[in-house]
Amino acid sequence: MANYTINVNGKAHQVEAAPETPLLWVIRDELGYVGTKFGCGIGQCGACTVHIDGVAMRSCQQPISSVSENNYQITTIEGLSENGEHPVQQAWLEHDVPQCGYCQSGQMMSAASLLNQIPNPTDEDINTGMAGNICRCGTYTRIHAAVKTAAGKLS
Amino acid sequence: MSTHQTRRNFLKVSTAAGGGFLLGFSFLTSCEQKPAAVAMAPELKMPEQWTQLNGYLKIGENGVVTIINPNPEIGQNVKTSMPMIIAEELGVDWDNVIVEQGKLDTENFSRQIAGGSQSIRQGWEPLRKTGATARAMLIAAAAQQLEVPATELRTEKGMIYHDASGKSVGYGEVASLAATLDVPEEVELKDPKDFTIIGQSTKNVDARKIVTGQPLFGIDTKREGMLYAGIVHPPAFGLELKSFNADAALAMPGIVDVFAIDCAPEGKQLQWSDGPTVRKQVAIVGKSTWQVLQAKQAIEVEWEQTSAPETSAGHKEKMADLIANGKAEEARRDGDPEAAFARAAKIVEATYSAPFLPHNTMEPMNFFAHVTEDKAELYGPIQTPEFLEKTIATLFDMDPAQIEVGMSRMGGGFGRRLYGSFGVEAALISKAAGAPVQLTYSREDDMTQGTYRPDYLVKYRAGLDADGNMIAFHVRGTGTHGSPIFENRFPAGTTDNYLAEKISMDSNISTGAWRAPASNFIAGAEQAFLDEVAEAAGKDPIDFRLELFDRAIKNPVGERNDYDAERYAGVLKLVREKSGWDADSGDARGVAAYYCHNSYVAQVLDLTLDTSGKPQVEKVYCAVDCGIVVNPEGALNQIEGGIIDGIGHALFGQLTFTDGKPDQSNFNTYRLIRHPEAPRQIETSFVENGIAPTGLGEPSLPPVIGALANALYQATGERVYDQPFMGSLPG
Ligand code: FES
Ligand code: FES
Repeated sequence: MANYTINVNGKAHQVEAAPETPLLWVIRDELGYVGTKFGCGIGQCGACTVHIDGVAMRSCQQPISSVSENNYQITTIEGLSENGEHPVQQAWLEHDVPQCGYCQSGQMMSAASLLNQIPNPTDEDINTGMAGNICRCGTYTRIHAAVKTAAGKLS
Repeated sequence: MSTHQTRRNFLKVSTAAGGGFLLGFSFLTSCEQKPAAVAMAPELKMPEQWTQLNGYLKIGENGVVTIINPNPEIGQNVKTSMPMIIAEELGVDWDNVIVEQGKLDTENFSRQIAGGSQSIRQGWEPLRKTGATARAMLIAAAAQQLEVPATELRTEKGMIYHDASGKSVGYGEVASLAATLDVPEEVELKDPKDFTIIGQSTKNVDARKIVTGQPLFGIDTKREGMLYAGIVHPPAFGLELKSFNADAALAMPGIVDVFAIDCAPEGKQLQWSDGPTVRKQVAIVGKSTWQVLQAKQAIEVEWEQTSAPETSAGHKEKMADLIANGKAEEARRDGDPEAAFARAAKIVEATYSAPFLPHNTMEPMNFFAHVTEDKAELYGPIQTPEFLEKTIATLFDMDPAQIEVGMSRMGGGFGRRLYGSFGVEAALISKAAGAPVQLTYSREDDMTQGTYRPDYLVKYRAGLDADGNMIAFHVRGTGTHGSPIFENRFPAGTTDNYLAEKISMDSNISTGAWRAPASNFIAGAEQAFLDEVAEAAGKDPIDFRLELFDRAIKNPVGERNDYDAERYAGVLKLVREKSGWDADSGDARGVAAYYCHNSYVAQVLDLTLDTSGKPQVEKVYCAVDCGIVVNPEGALNQIEGGIIDGIGHALFGQLTFTDGKPDQSNFNTYRLIRHPEAPRQIETSFVENGIAPTGLGEPSLPPVIGALANALYQATGERVYDQPFMGSLPG
């Protein structure tokens, strides 16, 4: 066990954890940001997606020891906006995307990161950018449309 | 429309129909409660005081209404649509409504189950009556207060008006008086043409919480003093726990305890929903999920072989043998099929198969439990809370009154959470650990200890006369723990000589309901087969089906036909028109239609092949007859989801077994459909008919597998018979 300081949603948090503990479990069990979900634990489903310095990362694949350095800024869905006003969240509401909703925080974090990098994505860009996030409920067509709507709001 | 209602017959109606609605219609006398701190639309002002009108309804003095959603929410959106039905008849403004999730409450509700796409169908009447009865009592109270005859009052958006005198009063102002009045014997239900909430696209009531990542799901549960738990279950079917050594695990950081649990002790009567419970497992309890997940791997377990290990290859052989030589149950026979086949000008024959499928809800199985000597609190994602309560009562010798079962929002169900063994496990672990615990399965636990969609094999034969008329039809099917055949569904009733035969196959692999049980296989097989028969008959596949429906409408064969041929034909005609079937889309297209879970669906699917030959579904046209559409946006979402899910599983899904052990255990080896593989477009049309609504959680999935198979044939010239289809396609 060791002590780490991590920056999550604009706040510094002290945590005690084994160095290999995935960021996912630190933010869920220690910090209580449960919006970030556990789906597979092996980097395959995207349910655990957070931003590290604005870029989508699978938090189940980031050991705590690797994200406490360099003043990395970690953002979870709870920190994407103050009150759900991020264009991606707004677009998700407009398109009534969620069914069960479980995958959606990961989907939105991937979408927000995609739009950070490509503000006006093509269909192909969206396909590639969102391919890492699984939705068992099958909301992909709505997600696709919502990403486009969000892009429109950002530009 | 009027309906007679007393306390007694309310009770009767509710019990008979089921649907998570009121049992005892206990109108409480002005029961004052502290307003709960529930999240609400920010602009809503919380009332100072609530008046409870019945098990479903609380009205605040300021007119804000709380409606309880009785049924479990698994993503089928009942938490929005069931309260909409009450709100409609109550006559309130939807913007003034707060929805709360109900707990298991067998006094006030019945059939608090998510399953079989039945919540809306079975809830329709009772939910309407609940709203209408409360409205009638509010009107009666207003009549007293305003000193005018009740018959001169009308309601609109939570207000009661007396037009002649210009007087008006709000629901909130008369609610406490209303709660003291008698329950009316008869209530008037609205004419559907006057609906203002039903039929309007209404946003998912949890959407804001979902998009901001609020705790909603079982896995998000945190309680004071709570420990985290995991289980180690047998790695293969046919093995049972013999002994274990937890020394290494107990030495790991954060690990509190390791012990064995027995979910099915001798002499305890369990519920069907406990399903194929693994009897004995090793439980591990610790201070964080991660520590538990790590330490699980350090437990040394010895297993003993108690039944023979099975393999997928062995299953295929056995099923083929059963189809060829097995003794079958003759489920239905019309006419003389043997003689008709003997005189047929042409016989078409084909065999279809599908593998086991795990449910793979995105939220793995999990449950919270806090069990002490005299009390059990359970909370989590479950489709069958009442049965879980019964099992807990049996296992711990408790009275149901000592047990509380709460339902979280579920990260998917698809049938998996009908079988609540994880809730039982959590309870046993909590009791043994002497602490509240949150049990969470790893994805590997979830995928390798399932209640799988069974593997199936079905053989069809059709006999055509010289003019291409189907004169004989024979289906013979088998599957693990049951045949997939529905002997009275289409095309039964359309063919003079018909034979349906069922064979069940034993196995030690556990199976259960999976989104549209059995239909999820048989629809695709049947609709692909009929495509082949239509081709052999030289007919357009839609014309061919419509001819059959025509026969079933005018002169049906037999009396037990489980479908309405006119509604069936109706969706097919609608999809023909919407898809421009009679023109040419340019893409390879396939058609299919199916009826299950009381709703009718027809689809036309267009696809292209990329340069490597990998299919891409371009567009799915979908026509649906589910009667009145309660919430169009939610309905569309369900239909689209079923289509994408069906295409994904038909193309990629398979769980195979070697020596009783699943070969796939996580998403690196198990393939679910991903974003780029989804259809680029889905266009859904509804038949408008004013018939009482039926559910949509399942019906769009089964037929799309047939439409996909038929489009693949158009694209490649090869028929696909075995799922997953990608097994026989490039890419
Ligand atoms: S939980 Fe991290 S990718 Fe699935
Ligand atoms: S909305 Fe249920 S998994 Fe995506």
